[in-house]
Amino acid sequence: MALVLTEEQELLKETAHEFIQEQSPVSEFRRLRDSVDESGFDRKLYAQMAELGWMGVIYPEEYGGLDLGYLELGQIFEECGRGLVAQPLLATVVLGGGCILEGGNDLQRKDILTQISTGDRLLSLAFQESAHHNPYGISTSAELSGNHFVLSGKKTFVLDGHVADQIVVVARTSGKAGDRDGLTLFLVDAGAEGVTVNRTIMLDGRNAANVHLDAVKVEKAAVIGELDAGADVLDPVLDRATAILCCEMMGTLSEAFDKALEYLKTREQFGVLIGSFQALKHRAANMFVESELSRSILLDALSAVDEGRDNSAQVVSCAKARLNDSLILICNEAVQMFGGIGVTDEEDIGLYLKRARVMAAAFGDSSWHRARYASLGGY
Amino acid sequence: MSDLETFRQEAREWLEENCPPSMRQGLASNEEVEWGGRAAQGRTDDKKVWLDRMGAKGWTCPTWPAEYGGGGLSKAETKVLHQELSAMKAPPALTSFGISMLGPALLEYASEEQKKKFIPEIVQGKIWWCQGYSEPGSGSDLASLQTRAEDKGDHFLVNGQKIWTSYADHADWIFCLVRTNTEVPKHDGISFLLFDMASPGVTVSPIQLISGSSPFCQTFFQDVKVPKENLIGEMGGGWTIAKRLLQHERSMIGGMGLGLAGGAKRGLTEVVKEYAGETDGRISDSLTRDQFSQLRMDMQAFAATTSRSAAEAKAGKPPGPASSIFKLYGTELNKRRYEFMMSVLGTQALGWEGEGFTSEELSGTRDWLRSYGNSIEGGTSEVQLNIIAKRVLGLPD
Ligand SMILES: Cc1cc2nc3c(=O)[nH]c(=O)nc-3n(C[C@H](O)[C@H](O)[C@H](O)COP(=O)(O)OP(=O)(O)OC[C@H]3O[C@@H](n4cnc5c(N)ncnc54)[C@H](O)[C@@H]3O)c2cc1C
Repeated sequence: MALVLTEEQELLKETAHEFIQEQSPVSEFRRLRDSVDESGFDRKLYAQMAELGWMGVIYPEEYGGLDLGYLELGQIFEECGRGLVAQPLLATVVLGGGCILEGGNDLQRKDILTQISTGDRLLSLAFQESAHHNPYGISTSAELSGNHFVLSGKKTFVLDGHVADQIVVVARTSGKAGDRDGLTLFLVDAGAEGVTVNRTIMLDGRNAANVHLDAVKVEKAAVIGELDAGADVLDPVLDRATAILCCEMMGTLSEAFDKALEYLKTREQFGVLIGSFQALKHRAANMFVESELSRSILLDALSAVDEGRDNSAQVVSCAKARLNDSLILICNEAVQMFGGIGVTDEEDIGLYLKRARVMAAAFGDSSWHRARYASLGGY
Repeated sequence: MSDLETFRQEAREWLEENCPPSMRQGLASNEEVEWGGRAAQGRTDDKKVWLDRMGAKGWTCPTWPAEYGGGGLSKAETKVLHQELSAMKAPPALTSFGISMLGPALLEYASEEQKKKFIPEIVQGKIWWCQGYSEPGSGSDLASLQTRAEDKGDHFLVNGQKIWTSYADHADWIFCLVRTNTEVPKHDGISFLLFDMASPGVTVSPIQLISGSSPFCQTFFQDVKVPKENLIGEMGGGWTIAKRLLQHERSMIGGMGLGLAGGAKRGLTEVVKEYAGETDGRISDSLTRDQFSQLRMDMQAFAATTSRSAAEAKAGKPPGPASSIFKLYGTELNKRRYEFMMSVLGTQALGWEGEGFTSEELSGTRDWLRSYGNSIEGGTSEVQLNIIAKRVLGLPD
């Protein structure tokens, strides 16, 4: 169990921190949000990140990757979370690319992972079909017809789906919605006939998409992994993506907390600093304790994923439920501590609050993860 | 085989040979653990055998230096030892304030002579120590304490009163905070004294808790003579030692958030399923299941935090303000766990004694009531929050 970062990992984190502070401060995120440009992210910055090797951290060297672990990738995401960096990194590298890494054949891996590493291809993963996380609740159908599969269905909350070149679609080849068996993963070109991608602008200023598949023809070679056994790929990919999202949440949480703490030490009322009021001190201390516990379980989850530990799914659920709750607590408390300025658009803390909500809903809210944790724990 | 695996092998063999079979059944309650002391010396039961053997081996205090009777083990070896102990469901052979509080403070602040005298007695459980800190007027504001120790040349003369002195009625010796100087600011006039509870002028009177037990006492000192050599550290230097000792105490109390030492007789999950009912292997009531899951997650995150802090601590680094996090979270978590079990057990948790309740149910109820004290003893939760706000977060006074 690696609960303390090594020097190399610390260095990676510091480098990411400096890069983001310089190239992508929160003001940059504001500009993107307010301009509502076509893509919602800065392609030049994305290319720079690819040059730093960020897209290939978890990929093998033969595909242009660094062959490091999720603990390392997580350090970069934590810094992205601190700076509210809006980039399709998670969707491309961990979700879409993650499916290829886990289930793709040599040809797919070579083509796609290499392109992702250089920053030349964007991917996303389309699995969700309702307003709640339910990875096996898939009705989108894929029927064999001659040499092709024909895909039909509707996907929602497809993270960064609006800019993806290719979308990994989770469809049902047998069984019924809710079954773990009978899922198959397909690699679909975003421009293929019958594919409609509608960008949805989310409350955090970031983007997802609703994807309609209307009798989309895909070749057999587009299947990722085994027919009907898509869950064997989807499960570990979602766990890894959840762990990485938790890192981003940790960064957002830490920055929101630091901002609140800073405000407690500078804002004066009644002739004293508001941080001297015990009612606020105790709340700040509780926020700190919650964030420390979340950080510990997050480090444990990342090393569980890297080590391929038997209990990694359970630790990841523990981390996500905790991060959801502590992130929301800290953002809510921070907004209150800022007083009136806290509820204005001008003050950054509100951006953190809104981002927190979207991340908390992605890949399962707290009660979903508590139920899964209980099932995995045998109760 | 790595050194650590060799150690595991040896430890397992030694424990197999030396741990009496009756001591391998886990604990129903933390109250069952042996506390040692003079009174225990006459006993012949298995607890005593277990204590004597572990004490002689130094494994009651595995990390303490062997030259003072400790186990001389590394942290990694100690972890292995604990794993082996809990694998055989053996409870600690000894628990005491000597181990968790006084010993570490003595190792840091006492003279060589004092260490040679007091540490081995702690390791072997020969002396039962109690803690004389709190007074009727000085609880959270501990440094305002009034108990006086007058310098009489070759000895001190101690007068005053302590309260909430846990196990003072069983204890052989006391580590006591006394005021040796009233002319200086309150923190600078405190000294740290050790003395025998059998000294003339010491009287104790037990106080009963809401749990029905009376683990603590009022303790009175009237013209108690204490030899000069029993002063630890400098005259007037007691507050520094007192604070460090509190950090050890807080880590110890916080550890309760992890559950019973050495593993409980039955796992929590088993008990919850029995009382809340199960359907297809799941707890039937979804709200109870959700609450239980949350509790377990918090326990897991707390355990990970303990491991992380241990991993962070450079070898030999004493506990810092982090101990306040453990004290605060561990005790609040412990209280939550008992609270949850109360609701799971329903009216079977409401028995006091006699027929109609199992002994597990009755002791669970008593332990729940006892847990209220956890967030008070060793510095209240509010005091821990103050410490975190000030020392860790740097918030202004
Ligand atoms: C089971 C048990 C065992 C104990 N064993 C021992 C022992 O062996 N030896 C020993 O010396 N003592 C012992 N104690 C005493 C314990 O250390 C004190 O009870 C504790 O420090 C609190 O002091 P008090 O009881 O005087 O409460 P008070 O200090 O009077 O506190 C009353 C309330 O006021 C709050 N409060 C006080 N100051 C502040 C502040 N600055 N900010 C915010 N809130 C505040 C407290 O949190 C509490 O809620 C024991 C206590 C218990 C319950």
